[in-house]
Amino acid sequence: MALLQISEPGESPAPHERRIAIGIDLGTTNSLVATVRNSIAGVLNGEDGHALLPSIVRYLPGGEVHVGYAAQAEQARDPRNTILSVKRFMGRGLKDVAYPENSPYDFVDAPGMVQLRTAAGVKSPVEVSAEILRVLRRRAERALLGGSNTELYGAVITVPAYFDEAQRQATKDAAKLAGLNVMRLLNEPTAAAIAYGLDNAAEGVYAVFDLGGGTFDISILRLTRGVFEVLATGGDSALGGDDFDHRLFCWVIEKAKLAPLSPEDTRLLLTHSRQVKEHLSAHAQAHFHARLASGETVNLVVTQEDFWDMTRTLVAKTLGPAKKALRDAGLTAGDVKGVVMVGGATRMPHVQRAVGELFGQDPLNNLDPDKVVALGAAIQANALAGNRSSEEDWLLLDVIPLSLGIETMGGLVEKIIPRNSTIPIAKAQEFTTFKDGQSAMAVHVVQGEREVVSDCRSLARFELRGLPPMAAGAARIRVTFQVDADGLLSVSAREQSSGVEAAVAVKPSYGLADDEITRMLKDSFDHAKDDVHTRALREQQVEAERMREAVAAALASDADLLSAEERAEIDRVLAELVAAAAGSDHRAIKAAIEKANRVTGPFAERRMDRSIKRGLAGKSLEKI
Amino acid sequence: MATTIDLTQNHFELFGLPKSFAVDAARLDRRYLELQREVHPDRFATAPDSEKRLSMQRTTLLNEAYRILKSPLSRARYLVELAGLDAGMETNTAMPAAFLAEQMEWREALEEAADPSALDGLEQRLSKELKSRYAAIEAEFDRHDNVAAVSSLRQLMFLERLREDIAEARERMET
Repeated sequence: MALLQISEPGESPAPHERRIAIGIDLGTTNSLVATVRNSIAGVLNGEDGHALLPSIVRYLPGGEVHVGYAAQAEQARDPRNTILSVKRFMGRGLKDVAYPENSPYDFVDAPGMVQLRTAAGVKSPVEVSAEILRVLRRRAERALLGGSNTELYGAVITVPAYFDEAQRQATKDAAKLAGLNVMRLLNEPTAAAIAYGLDNAAEGVYAVFDLGGGTFDISILRLTRGVFEVLATGGDSALGGDDFDHRLFCWVIEKAKLAPLSPEDTRLLLTHSRQVKEHLSAHAQAHFHARLASGETVNLVVTQEDFWDMTRTLVAKTLGPAKKALRDAGLTAGDVKGVVMVGGATRMPHVQRAVGELFGQDPLNNLDPDKVVALGAAIQANALAGNRSSEEDWLLLDVIPLSLGIETMGGLVEKIIPRNSTIPIAKAQEFTTFKDGQSAMAVHVVQGEREVVSDCRSLARFELRGLPPMAAGAARIRVTFQVDADGLLSVSAREQSSGVEAAVAVKPSYGLADDEITRMLKDSFDHAKDDVHTRALREQQVEAERMREAVAAALASDADLLSAEERAEIDRVLAELVAAAAGSDHRAIKAAIEKANRVTGPFAERRMDRSIKRGLAGKSLEKI
Repeated sequence: MATTIDLTQNHFELFGLPKSFAVDAARLDRRYLELQREVHPDRFATAPDSEKRLSMQRTTLLNEAYRILKSPLSRARYLVELAGLDAGMETNTAMPAAFLAEQMEWREALEEAADPSALDGLEQRLSKELKSRYAAIEAEFDRHDNVAAVSSLRQLMFLERLREDIAEARERMET
């Protein structure tokens, strides 16, 4: 770390004043812990001498837990109790889990987040992750604290940039369970950019392409004299190296015409798939050779071409988000000075080639894709602990990856803070009431890019109560969203004329109370067209209902202003309106609303005249 | 705590820029990063809560001001606001008929665009159109013709919306 090695005497805090802070890369496949010592970031090895800790946890009957290589060694023998890639289950329901039928686990469909039945009882992904974090915490304490009485000051833990709030909260909870003080969750590509950028004194626009074991992120950053400015980020939180293994696994089952597999054989073939995939990154072909529990053997030759062919669509899935991130940043591929490759899955040659073609340049591979994220996290942890020296004069400006908004009438989403906004940020928007005399308003906070609430993730709900009675549309309710530098969202609502207020600090829950884990993001793009139609339809239905209620209320109080003929005409258009609203043609509804408006126009005028007269006579307008 | 950000300054004053539609983008960017270095919450991670709070307020304001001045559309809107005019986007009177007819033509072209190259063509045409309209609004602001600027602004909003819709259409084609 060229920029970090210089340390003027007296510039850094004295050793006893230094706060011990660590950076943790909690990966799908492997996890690491790193720290900054004497201004140099380095990863910490375990007692076995390895820096990488396989993210594998094995539960034994009686409560003993093995983590890392010890668990890995038994994975084929004890597949039900040996949990791999638990990161893919964090903050996810069973219906979000990719191909559960090809997993050796005994899933429990718990509300909010899926759980796993093991020999040591039912475990949530949060608990499993906490076991991994606990091992890393002990590793850091042994290396950094010796036998002293001091404690770890805090940790920065990395998460995929495209993780949503439920996944982030699950990660934080796991850290808490492992006894760590989380100073910040840092986006993985950003962490990589910090480590890479400081090490290479890089300047200009860079893309970080991060394809890990289970997640994909793309971030576009501008580096200017030590300021790391994230311009846009995107990705797919359910796409990674595991999916490439799975394609090969399915190919093998089909080629070898295998009958349904036991959990043991499933794990065995998945492990072989991974090894063959890795072998094919450097060789033209590989032998897939495995002996199943039945004694049956699988013996196949896989060429690079076979493998690239069967995984072509997976590679293609990374390119859409990459193009979108460039567009969000207002840039083209030509503006990008370098593409930094992060994550073990970027070692695959066909991934490298696709990225090279997209950006029109060879990607940068001059760093260890497994370690760079942990190093960046350690550097950020050191800064947040207040340890930085004057040479470590850099700053990170990060963004929120997903739009935040609230539910409006008809189940639609009004975005308040768009994705890729630099944090901290505050935004306010005014809303109004829907009904006359409405005394409360429900505020439903959601996250996501889709236009319909049910396709976004629900983050929080609260109510603004005690609104003074007003006509529909008269109240002015200002809803303010604030996201701080840690990415924490708080939302408040205030009725402007009365000063009635309500607020909530948003902490998404995935526990028993909240079973609304939705499919959302990954199909966000596929449904853009449906959304437009659904949105238009709902808008018109809401409008139609509003119209019907308003006219019914007016008839209830002022029907005497109408002749029998006029009354019949209004009843007829109302019936037409209701019929149209029950259908699915938004244009027909719109036409019916316009007609109702036209027909009821004179009635509305007469009512207004009457209410003005009553008002002048000193009567309360509310009573009219 | 540095006192470089006064919460009562307007956004141009914040960046030390003259209050005009044309801005020196390089200077805006440079000043933005300089101010970030002074006020960003990560600089105050271990400071007392009162300083943390100030830092957060100032950075929030800084981010908002930068976002507004960075994009020409929001900059124009902000100038109209500073002039004490209500851009009145919702309530205002009808658009010129010729402009509306032009909009219809753009929309039809977008609906008919069947491939990325058709979108490219549309985007290039739109960029040209936007460029000349931004030049026009700049001149209007410079001669303090705010009434003309408001009318130009309203038309620009339509065109920028069209640009977003083209980007969305492209996204749908890619997936």
